[in-house]
Amino acid sequence: MKTFDYASPATLQEALGLLGRFTGDARPLAGGTDLIAQIQERRREPDVVLDIKRIPECMRLSLEKDGLHIGAAVTCSALIAHPAVRERFSILAQVASLIGSVQIQNRAGLGGNLCNAAPSADGIPGLICLNAQAVIAGPKGRRVVAVEEFCIGPGKTVLGRDELLVELLVPEPPAHSAGSYLRFIPRAEMDIAVAGAGSFVTLDPKSNRCKEARIALAAVAPTVVRARAAEQSLTGQPLTTSAIERAGDLAMQAASPISDVRGSKEYRLELARVLTRRTLADCAKQLGISL
Amino acid sequence: MTKKTITPTINGEPKELLVDQRITLLDMLRDELHLTGAKEGCGNGNCGACTVHLDGLSVDSCLVLAVETTGRSVTTIEGLAKGGALDPVQAAFLNNSGMQCGICTPGFIMATKALLAKKPNPTEHEIRTSLAGNLCRCTGYDKIVRSVLALTKD
Amino acid sequence: MTTTEKQPALIGQRIAKVDGLERVTGQAAYGADIHLSGMLHGKLLHSPHAHAVIKGIDTAAALKLPGVMAIITAADFPELTQEAAISGSSEYSIGAANLRRLWMAHEKALFSGHPVAAVAATDPYIAEQALALIKVDYDVLPWVKDIDDAIQPSATLIHEDLFTHTLGELPKKASNVAQHVEIGNGDIEAAFRDSDVVIENEYRTQRVHQGYIEPQASTAQVDPSGHVTVWTTIQGVHWARFDLASILNIPLGKLRVVPMEIGGAFGGKVYPTLEALCILLSKKSGRPVKMVLSREEVLRMTGPTSGSIVKIKTGCKKDGTLTAFDAKIWMDSGAFPGSPVAGATLAGFSVYQFKAFHIDGYDVLTNKVRVQAYRGPGAPQACFAMEQQIDLMAAKIGMNPLAMRIKNISKEGDPMTHGRPHVKIGFTEVLERVKAHPAWTSPINGPWRGRGMACGMWMGGTGNSSAHLTVNGDGSVSVVVGSVDLTGTRTSLAQIAADEFRIPLEKVLVTVGDTDQTGYTDTSGGSRITYSMGTAVHRACVEAVEKLKGVVAAQLKVPVADITYQNGIFKASNGQSLTFEQAARTSMRRGDGPVTAVGAVRRLKHAPTFGAHVADVEVDPETGKVTLLNYTIFQDVGRAVNPTQVEGQMQGGAAQGIGWALFEDYVYDEKGNIRNASLLDYRMPTALDLPMIGAEIIEVPAGDGPFGVRGCGEVPIVPPIATIANAIANATGVRIKETPFTPERVFWALRKAGKA
Ligand SMILES: Cc1cc2nc3c(=O)[nH]c(=O)nc-3n(C[C@H](O)[C@H](O)[C@H](O)COP(=O)(O)OP(=O)(O)OC[C@H]3O[C@@H](n4cnc5c(N)ncnc54)[C@H](O)[C@@H]3O)c2cc1C
Ligand code: FES
Ligand code: FES
Repeated sequence: MKTFDYASPATLQEALGLLGRFTGDARPLAGGTDLIAQIQERRREPDVVLDIKRIPECMRLSLEKDGLHIGAAVTCSALIAHPAVRERFSILAQVASLIGSVQIQNRAGLGGNLCNAAPSADGIPGLICLNAQAVIAGPKGRRVVAVEEFCIGPGKTVLGRDELLVELLVPEPPAHSAGSYLRFIPRAEMDIAVAGAGSFVTLDPKSNRCKEARIALAAVAPTVVRARAAEQSLTGQPLTTSAIERAGDLAMQAASPISDVRGSKEYRLELARVLTRRTLADCAKQLGISL
Repeated sequence: MTKKTITPTINGEPKELLVDQRITLLDMLRDELHLTGAKEGCGNGNCGACTVHLDGLSVDSCLVLAVETTGRSVTTIEGLAKGGALDPVQAAFLNNSGMQCGICTPGFIMATKALLAKKPNPTEHEIRTSLAGNLCRCTGYDKIVRSVLALTKD
Repeated sequence: MTTTEKQPALIGQRIAKVDGLERVTGQAAYGADIHLSGMLHGKLLHSPHAHAVIKGIDTAAALKLPGVMAIITAADFPELTQEAAISGSSEYSIGAANLRRLWMAHEKALFSGHPVAAVAATDPYIAEQALALIKVDYDVLPWVKDIDDAIQPSATLIHEDLFTHTLGELPKKASNVAQHVEIGNGDIEAAFRDSDVVIENEYRTQRVHQGYIEPQASTAQVDPSGHVTVWTTIQGVHWARFDLASILNIPLGKLRVVPMEIGGAFGGKVYPTLEALCILLSKKSGRPVKMVLSREEVLRMTGPTSGSIVKIKTGCKKDGTLTAFDAKIWMDSGAFPGSPVAGATLAGFSVYQFKAFHIDGYDVLTNKVRVQAYRGPGAPQACFAMEQQIDLMAAKIGMNPLAMRIKNISKEGDPMTHGRPHVKIGFTEVLERVKAHPAWTSPINGPWRGRGMACGMWMGGTGNSSAHLTVNGDGSVSVVVGSVDLTGTRTSLAQIAADEFRIPLEKVLVTVGDTDQTGYTDTSGGSRITYSMGTAVHRACVEAVEKLKGVVAAQLKVPVADITYQNGIFKASNGQSLTFEQAARTSMRRGDGPVTAVGAVRRLKHAPTFGAHVADVEVDPETGKVTLLNYTIFQDVGRAVNPTQVEGQMQGGAAQGIGWALFEDYVYDEKGNIRNASLLDYRMPTALDLPMIGAEIIEVPAGDGPFGVRGCGEVPIVPPIATIANAIANATGVRIKETPFTPERVFWALRKAGKA
């Protein structure tokens, strides 16, 4: 294993300064559940490991007027334990409790999950469903990118070498909405998703029809993708069994999976459909609609 | 410079150590401090044999860098028994035969300890969920789960 | 003053592990927990090719790296002596010539992961850096992927000089089939003609790993006088010493093998793996060398059990009487001969009685790591086929599958497949218990749910054991054994001794000694320790009592024949008596010396164990996922010395079988590299994948051995795969004939049947 230097800056300023100075590969370290494993397995050989856990902005977890601020190094456990998250952003608590074991959740967070940019990342569909924004800091200041646009390929993001993800900003979900995420794995826990689906539905309380639906699929494309045709099929429609069935079928169109150790292409397509249906049915249940 | 001085507190004792920046907390405990109670079963977060507490929370020490522990407190299986008396979790695993070969036992005990601190009366399902990050190949988990159930109030 | 008040019997008691304390405090020292001063770290260079000629290895650059203290390759092994070449440590041995080539590739690398060189350096990072500097010149050959590949007439040969071992005419052409066994009885053609139902199927199982949580770890120190000490995690120190001594040409008396606590083995740590490499590195560097495998290495270069193909035809009459079976079994042994095909033909097919049968068994080589033993070797693969056939036939004739089994089970005196009769067995009692138990009789509620059962047997291990016993001057007893404790045998052996003497359990200390301290003892495996070593300890106890009688007789001045021993008291017919403790004290005072005794056992009769498992599953038809709802084991254990430990063996074995059935598998790329060499993708069951596992103990005492004990650790892994397959078929109407029953496999099977 190559040697590397470890730094743990106390401020964002200092971190950006360090990032700007380093010439080699500097990797930010949040919970390390991806990064340290990758280093141990020689899949990544950074020159510098930059621990962000002392940076206050990266550790912040608070509900403000503009939404929920989740610092880039906030752990899954912290999210699960936060009452406002559990009540108003329940899909995030749901995904946080799916990632790895308790030991993993005590270290891992959604920031790292997003920056690692795995097609199978369980955290990303939930964030996309809630229309979350990624707040990025760099030498030229801050910029905000929709989570949906953050990943551009397996392991690839829009981040520049001298940039850091500071936090995720999640707008408060509208009234009469519900979200759900399910992933499929062979065991009951401790596996990487063969496929995953997140659904988020906002109802028009007057007509009881869908005002908006957002559906995001994991592990069926190079990045987490929106199932737009499925979403559109639901807009303006009541949430019925047949509408859900159709949305499931249409979700398959958004998927372009590969075959690998965890599952074949064909099987993943089937799962995309089933999981989309099941998450939509769960949304319906949460909204008090009996199917 | 590949080494760095760190100042963690290990089982209540403040330490000052010069470590290679690459080593994990698990390596530091085992190879530098000879606290070999935490075991390496996989090295990548999948077996839980290396479970220790970092500032009171259970973590896989194979996925923590030693240099991250400056100013933080680490508790290992060796730090549980106080004044010659077993911790109740240790006693429960001993008395309910929650082990066979015992290689997974320190990890299970540390995970259980963390679970009960958060939730004193977990159900069987909650126990199984919370211990899913700890693999045991000998017991089929039955007597491990029963050891934990023996610690709940009802 | 007497401490030996009347002691209750200890046999059959639920005793907590006598060595549990050091396990819950983290003090127990396992293979990797040793630190010697000046110790170097060893690392292995592995072949990246599944099959390649090694044309040359250049270590010059690596040796120049500061901190590198020694590098070894196959060239560092001494020539195999004539004697070593023909003898192995036991009848199960892989043989010295092959074992050496398994440890390190000689002329050819035979599987991806095969060690080709080893480095010892002052720290692991330097050792790793050195590996990258070693240049190996390979000539890559086509690799033999699986059984289907290997048995083609045009197949690439793994060993040019391997000819099929067979009872028939010796072949002239080399082959990848190492052995062909053929057994049979009766006229199967006639028996099939006489059948009302004949069903033929092919079943396949994949390789699965034992999955012990502790990776192999060894440390060796060679001192300047040539004395070698090895601290290691291995199932049998005496076997290891024999193998290492003969292959490395070291006199037995100069090689000490010290057993560390072992973090799971299940058959997978019978043979040495790293020990010889550590010894050679230590010899070359003059420093102690420790080597610990990573999990990836465990999966790439330590032996799983065989994958198999079983083609089987079975027949029965309308009334359920079994008529005939004809089976062909191929078992994949990896790069060297030695699959458990014999275990399959015997234990796998001696469960029921057929009028006639015929079995062909083939030991087939592939370019994969050589297999090792795994609980009940060979039997689960055969059981997987046979037990599904029984269910299929039962369904065809409309008979209850349990009733069909009961009608045809083997009983005492019935022949096994090799012709010898079954001894006293408890199979009937096991199935009677199933018949009356809610696990079998309760209703199954809900759609896509089903129940299945399957039965299995294991012969039980015997082998050589020896125990040394000392009666200490305070009435305590020390027992030293050379059998590694895998399953809690320190506890059961202590129970046996304390029970025999009728002294408190705390008064007995059982120590597992190294090869210098203990008499020759075969490896711990095949569920033989409580049975065979238990007998040895028991014999030593009996001898010690006889010697103490002499002491007491002299003290009381009566003839020895006049002394009896009961409930911890030596009594003379004139009414005088001494307690065990008083007798022990007297033995030290009187000057006729300490009382010691040795118990040695050569071979006992086999004490076969039978088990039946019942499982309830639920299948998700939309994803194919199988959820285990209930699981119950019924097993004859002869006599449960410690029911808690016996249950633990049953539950642990079943859990491994469940993993085999549902999750575990190796995935190879097109070059023969394992693609799932981590515990993330080599999926073993977690606590959340399993329900509580019911363990019903049935006690039909065995004819031989102490208290009627039978080895209980092997048979629990035999029925689970078939049990779950039968439950899935019951739930869905679809039969899965290949392991593992992953969601994807089940899903497509349901889809094909029009059910998903
Ligand atoms: C046993 C196990 C089970 C797992 N199970 C799951 C699962 O079920 N589902 C799942 O989705 N994942 C799973 N994972 C993967 C991993 O835990 C998650 O992806 C986790 O969310 C990563 O978070 P982290 O904080 O540990 O990230 P880190 O490992 O710290 O970082 C991940 C990557 O992001 C980069 N990075 C981190 N922070 C920043 C930042 N602020 N700015 C820029 N780059 C940054 C790092 O350099 C690194 O490349 C599992 C991992 C393990 C070991
Ligand atoms: S060694 Fe850390 S989780 Fe397995
Ligand atoms: S007791 Fe052996 S792995 Fe758990």
